[in-house]
Amino acid sequence: MTTPVLRLTNVSKQFTLHHQGMTLPVLQNVNFEVAAGECVVLDGSSGMGKSTLLKLIYANYRVSAGSIQYAQTGHAPLELTTATPRRLIDVRRHHIGYVSQFLRVIPRISTLDLVAEPLLAELGYDEHALKQARERAGVWLTRLRIPERLWSLAPATFSGGEQQRVNIARSMIKPRALLLLDEPTASLDALNTQTVVTLIHEAIAAGAAAVGIFHDQAVGNQLATRRIDMTNFRSITCAAQ
Amino acid sequence: MPLDTQSPILRATGLNKSYGDRAALIDASFELWPGEVLAIVGESGSGKTTLLNALAARDQPDSGSVEFQLEGGALTNIFTMTEAQRRLLARTDWGFVHQNSADGLRMDVSAGANVGERLMALGQRHYGKLRATACDWLARVEIDPARIDDLPRHFSGGMRQRLQIARNLVTQPRLVFMDEPTSGLDVSVQAKLLDLLRQLTQQLGLASVIVTHDLAVARLLAHRMIVMRRGRIVETGLTDQVLDDPQHPYTQLLVSSVLQP
Repeated sequence: MTTPVLRLTNVSKQFTLHHQGMTLPVLQNVNFEVAAGECVVLDGSSGMGKSTLLKLIYANYRVSAGSIQYAQTGHAPLELTTATPRRLIDVRRHHIGYVSQFLRVIPRISTLDLVAEPLLAELGYDEHALKQARERAGVWLTRLRIPERLWSLAPATFSGGEQQRVNIARSMIKPRALLLLDEPTASLDALNTQTVVTLIHEAIAAGAAAVGIFHDQAVGNQLATRRIDMTNFRSITCAAQ
Repeated sequence: MPLDTQSPILRATGLNKSYGDRAALIDASFELWPGEVLAIVGESGSGKTTLLNALAARDQPDSGSVEFQLEGGALTNIFTMTEAQRRLLARTDWGFVHQNSADGLRMDVSAGANVGERLMALGQRHYGKLRATACDWLARVEIDPARIDDLPRHFSGGMRQRLQIARNLVTQPRLVFMDEPTSGLDVSVQAKLLDLLRQLTQQLGLASVIVTHDLAVARLLAHRMIVMRRGRIVETGLTDQVLDDPQHPYTQLLVSSVLQP
């Protein structure tokens, strides 16, 4: 039996909006596990807390209650909800990747360097490492059909689809054991969508676990090894509204 | 950021500071680890600069301690050191980048001398080597080395700020304090400076504490964030946690008041 890479136990999340005097319950009693080689697709309409759940796993949002454990091979499981900021930064750098459709980076850095950057944490920051990282970045950009003439430019002026593909290259270039996929194909054309699906398949075949949200049913169907219905995690108060 | 490091590079414990009846800093405590970039945010008068000045031993707090990890590894309270020891630290292991570059540069000596001065304070005397190092650092902060003999007063605001960074980093400090390093610069210069700061902190493994009121700057540069209000630290966490899921009423107000932090 394989040990799950990720285990959520009784996770709940509510947002306390102090200035509006409101508490918004979003998720309650979330329990599931994800093993290496699995791609779990979250199903549910808009506002059901799919992105919130991914952000809780990434420790971008803080849980209101419950436990989220990440297991590395050969190590004791790490409780992400109480891990120190240092540990979380390390986990994000090496183990858990978040792939979204939005590129958010320091302006005026070349596309090639933006994609190469995640590799530098392990390769080092010297000239040789940079050269190596740029070569690998070039391979990813080529696969994602970003023409070489654009590589030296910062992506600020790129089209939405191009920026999104740069972001996918940047988010996936470093192999990680757990991938959180937040609609990575949302506004891509059919050909590029298919490329991204292939890249995700490759990562999973290489042993990664994934949890994903896909607006496009067809993409979800191609990738899902299991599906989770988000209505299971809605709180009673919310369901009654 | 090496995770195997056993000890923080800086530890503040229970810092308090009052000016007359007004408490400027109340019970501030936190740790900073090697290679970490920490942003201190909050509105004007929230105690950001008071905290920074206490950390950098520029202003003694009324109570509390600031410990710095000396080269040998031991955490030492900077306020029990002698003035001479503190001055040596400020010249070697620490850097301080001021909001107003005129406060951090000597405006009446050349750009090269501004960079070389800290090295000379460490005992370097070889003119050729000093000049070569200064040229190298001017190039690293993207100032044309041909301007080495020009006075900073003839530089633009962005160039002065980059010169100040070169002057601070030339001694390869382990910790740099920055007080609003990008404010007052136009956005194109600001972007360039952000990139430069990010590269240098990564390449040199610097730890830094950056005071800023610009949440976008904090998001792009800092690993962690401290939110201050009326002298108190009201929230801390990973930068994206604090900005995307703020818990404290004040942080929620701060985050909701800006355009796309």
